[in-house]
Amino acid sequence: MRNTKRSQKIAFFLLFLATLLIVLPVGMIVVIIVQKGLPAINWQFLSDIPRQGMRAGGIFPAIIGTLYLVVGAIIFALPIGLLAAVYLSEYAKDNVLNRVIKLAIVNLSGVPSVVYGLFGLALFVVFLKFGASILSGSLTLGIMILPIIITTSREALESVPQSFREVSLSLGASKWQTIRHIVLPNAIPGILTGTILGLGRAAGETAPILFTVAAFYLPQLPKSIFDQAMALPYHLYVISTQVPNVDEKVRYGTALVLLFLVLMMNLVAIIIRYNFRKKKKW
Amino acid sequence: MVKFNAKNLNIWFGQIQALKGVSIEIQANEILSVIGPSNSGKTSFLRILNRLNDLHPGFKMTGLLEYDKTDIRKLDVEVLRKRVGMVFALPLPLPLSIFDNVAYGVKMHGERSRQKIAAIVERSLRQAYIWDEIKDRLNVSAFKLSGGQQQRLCIARTLAVEPDVILFDEPCSGLDPISTAKIEEAMLKLKKDYTLVLVTNNVKQAARVGDRTAFFLSGELVELDRTERIFTAPADQRTDDYIRGKFG
Amino acid sequence: MVMRKLKEFVVEKLILICGLASIFFVVLIFLFLTKEGLAVFKSVRPADFMFGRSWYPISEPAQLGILPLIFGSLIVTLGAAIISIPIGVGCAVYIAEIAPLKIKEVLKAGIELLAAIPSVVLGFIGMVTLVPWVKSTFNLPTGLTALSGSIILAFMAMPTIVSVAEDALYSVPKSYKEGAFALGATHWQTIHRVLLPAASSGIVAAVMLGIGRVIGETMAVMMITGNAAVIPQSILVPVRTLTATIAAEMGEAVVGSEHYFALFAIGIVLFTMSFIINVTADLFLHNKRR
Repeated sequence: MRNTKRSQKIAFFLLFLATLLIVLPVGMIVVIIVQKGLPAINWQFLSDIPRQGMRAGGIFPAIIGTLYLVVGAIIFALPIGLLAAVYLSEYAKDNVLNRVIKLAIVNLSGVPSVVYGLFGLALFVVFLKFGASILSGSLTLGIMILPIIITTSREALESVPQSFREVSLSLGASKWQTIRHIVLPNAIPGILTGTILGLGRAAGETAPILFTVAAFYLPQLPKSIFDQAMALPYHLYVISTQVPNVDEKVRYGTALVLLFLVLMMNLVAIIIRYNFRKKKKW
Repeated sequence: MVKFNAKNLNIWFGQIQALKGVSIEIQANEILSVIGPSNSGKTSFLRILNRLNDLHPGFKMTGLLEYDKTDIRKLDVEVLRKRVGMVFALPLPLPLSIFDNVAYGVKMHGERSRQKIAAIVERSLRQAYIWDEIKDRLNVSAFKLSGGQQQRLCIARTLAVEPDVILFDEPCSGLDPISTAKIEEAMLKLKKDYTLVLVTNNVKQAARVGDRTAFFLSGELVELDRTERIFTAPADQRTDDYIRGKFG
Repeated sequence: MVMRKLKEFVVEKLILICGLASIFFVVLIFLFLTKEGLAVFKSVRPADFMFGRSWYPISEPAQLGILPLIFGSLIVTLGAAIISIPIGVGCAVYIAEIAPLKIKEVLKAGIELLAAIPSVVLGFIGMVTLVPWVKSTFNLPTGLTALSGSIILAFMAMPTIVSVAEDALYSVPKSYKEGAFALGATHWQTIHRVLLPAASSGIVAAVMLGIGRVIGETMAVMMITGNAAVIPQSILVPVRTLTATIAAEMGEAVVGSEHYFALFAIGIVLFTMSFIINVTADLFLHNKRR
């Protein structure tokens, strides 16, 4: 008896240790970046173009480039992803086609990000002749975040009680009216959560934009969607590995801005989800 | 006049047969009570009348079912459901305000005029005997109402689309006796203008409001007769056993 | 009414088309990878490509053997798996079974936070903290090694492993646990004799998805593994993975050159690997539900 008690104690301690081994480094990473990056953050850093071969000045073009890419990706992925989710939740029957679609989504979410980069290069940059441009990069990122948007939106749609649909249909509303007026409005918080998570993912990815849009150094703002652009994650990669003698402060500052952007989006998504669960009427 | 005419109806959910050779006529302006133990097929019967069973994957139906002398499969399903309304077992308000709950069906059928909609909402709420209780808070969420009020709101919502037949699926199963009495009272008054089909687990309720009563068992229609007869001198022993509470 | 019906008909067709979009994109990705990638086999035999021991894409004549890259990916992945599986599964058990409710929420938020950190940020942090530490601890000429890559990648696999394994643990019917308690088993006995076996196929799926994430990871690995395309003799030397090779070299490869085609062929290898891993993991998850 004492033996089993003791082995339980040891086991639980080890499990606790495992948890600490994940959580502590995460906390440390965030703390280090904030601590060392914060001194770099000032108005000039956020609003100026990079200067002296990216060793000084700011990161404004990279911030703007990332915003363009993220917005472009969502314009492409949200309508398709949302309608795909509507199909899976409201129309799909339990058959082979449905199974294949689900498998395709699982695969799409598992394709390595650098392979998305290759695909974007082959299709958008070379085949469709969009060149390395915001358009190519946005479309590539859009396809990459499609599974996130489909999966979360579908969960949101499916969590709307079946009884609401029955009531609406029993009043003589058509299927699409029911979806449009009952199902979608009640799934909006979940859809929003998924969309924002997708945004966060698109903002942080580097590999898909390496060959489709990212400019090594472009000290001006893009004028059209056919222009190249700088992007935050790629900029961080460049000043970390490709440019010698960059002040550590600048690197940490860039990392902090990127991390802040991505974590803010996730935080907003978590808050929406939390509020929604609390307020849920059914 | 015959509202619904069913001949030799059989329905299946996948492999399970829920109705077996049911033939029944439902008269206009009557209240038909449908009783039977759980899994007797009474709710499945109710839900074929507005084709709500169609939502169930694996649903299959054979036999004849006419509404106003037209095969219901030949009718536009949305038109049929507008004509044949339904009140569900639990109060199921939509996550909208009281007003919008009642206005929902009307709007879906293309009515745009705010004045007309407001008039229909008031008329329907009065018909369901709930207007006086809630007329000052039409814009609050329907979930704020009590269970009994919610159920009467649902009746008003059904009435708003001007149906011809109203199906009640155990409408008082979760309600207290006072709310139940109010709903039964509403049903008796509605009989004048509508045909009512009431599925209920409560044998006494069937006796109180039904003009005729049908007894279902294991997917078969065992007996259908005037309510007094069913409750005083049923023809089938099984009916007698059920209403005396020997099973179910 | 007629207009409405027409509109709804169009909308529903649009919904169907979008429903099929994910299949379309998977096929499209595969088509474009093979379109560009298979061209390399005009000049290299498939066996020489897969098992060739030297990768010198810009020498004359180019040598396009990806065996060193495969080994690079394997050693980094293996290291990451050894680190992340016990920690990840342990953490999942702790969160699902032991942690008090409030701490559980904090821990889950922490895991989500980790999942959200961009890989380039992890790579950067690895460069400035982990790499110098590895260098001095093992007294190496450089800290840019497979080991550094494994450690950082382990952190990228953990969120996946934890969340999928946690779901698997939750989906074990309560009655199993209650039954074990009723027989007088301790909490720990219940966990390792009843819960873990019952959740095993979900946990296997969790591990596979985590590994899938690691094999496909690009930026962090490129920044901290040193990128030497030689077959590694130990975990303390620089290596170069399949993904890093594409990312690092595509910028310089001329469109339509042998080198360009070869990088796409590597893409096919990666796509196939992730396809197999994800389909298998999905089978395990499906199996669990049944």
